[in-house]
Amino acid sequence: MTLAEVVGSTAAIGYGLAAIGPGVGVGLVFAAYIQSTARQPEAARITQPFLWIGFAVVEVLALLGIVFGFVWANPAG
Amino acid sequence: MTGPTTVLAADVPFPPTVEDFYLPSIAPWGEHSYWFTKITLLLWVSIAILIIYFLVSYRKPQLVPSKKQWLAESLYGFVRNSIAVDMIGREGVRFAPYLTTLFSFILVMNLWGIVPLAQISPNSHIAFPIILALISYVLFIYVGFRKHGVRYLKVALVPPAPWFILPLLIPIEFFSNFIVRPFSLAIRLFANMFAGHMLLLVFTLGGFAMINSNVWLAPVSLLSWAMTIALTFLDAAIIVLQAYIFTVLTASYIQGSLVEGH
Repeated sequence: MTLAEVVGSTAAIGYGLAAIGPGVGVGLVFAAYIQSTARQPEAARITQPFLWIGFAVVEVLALLGIVFGFVWANPAG
Repeated sequence: MTGPTTVLAADVPFPPTVEDFYLPSIAPWGEHSYWFTKITLLLWVSIAILIIYFLVSYRKPQLVPSKKQWLAESLYGFVRNSIAVDMIGREGVRFAPYLTTLFSFILVMNLWGIVPLAQISPNSHIAFPIILALISYVLFIYVGFRKHGVRYLKVALVPPAPWFILPLLIPIEFFSNFIVRPFSLAIRLFANMFAGHMLLLVFTLGGFAMINSNVWLAPVSLLSWAMTIALTFLDAAIIVLQAYIFTVLTASYIQGSLVEGH
């Protein structure tokens, strides 16, 4: 006899776990940019391309979580 | 469909699935023969817009530009100065036409995601980002081989490291330079457009589903639609950012191929 049972899609759980890392990562990227701009405001223009590149590269991992949730989903049911 | 599908309403297809991205064809109307759908129409309209816009803006170029000419020149100047020359250096001017075309094409294709009647970006089908990433991939490898010859493999794969770590580093460099780069370029653009469209679908259809359900949930549908409007603005920022990122990363990979070998 089953004592407890969880039904539903594990893709949702998988995405929730996958969003932890990029969440911390994006926070780190923007924190570094804000701190560096606070220390040396004239460097803000120079580091801004790296801000956007860093954000996009970290964000893609969270988006892979969303997309693969659909790719690897269980067949309906 | 997953569990709580039929909880709220019978009319509105909620929650949205991947099937919502497979649109019915326009000609013949309504069937799913996949030849001429809204996606194809949006693709052709994007290309027409780009060609006509740049041709018309440069019709009678003057030394002191008119406003339309200034706008087109600003677009080209932005990509040439901030992306091509900043990333690649002096030689970047050679690649500025390709990078400008790439940037404006991705921008126009992405923008259909928030334009009222279209509301889906062709880049949310993986095919179009794959082709764009393949073109950039072939470009930076070709540029590398043309500049260095066969020694391009040494330049690209062998980092400056002590000899005993190289057996570990070279497969990692190969994997990250030649396999992950095109894959991640395509997936980044596709996933951003896919997720953006899915978010808008969830909140829009959720609002309709809640209105069709019991009377206590109906006011919450207004919140759902307000969330849709907020997410549309976020989507607009993501659209421009993803076009910029694709172009900047392509320029960065080209710069990595052009670097002097040691």
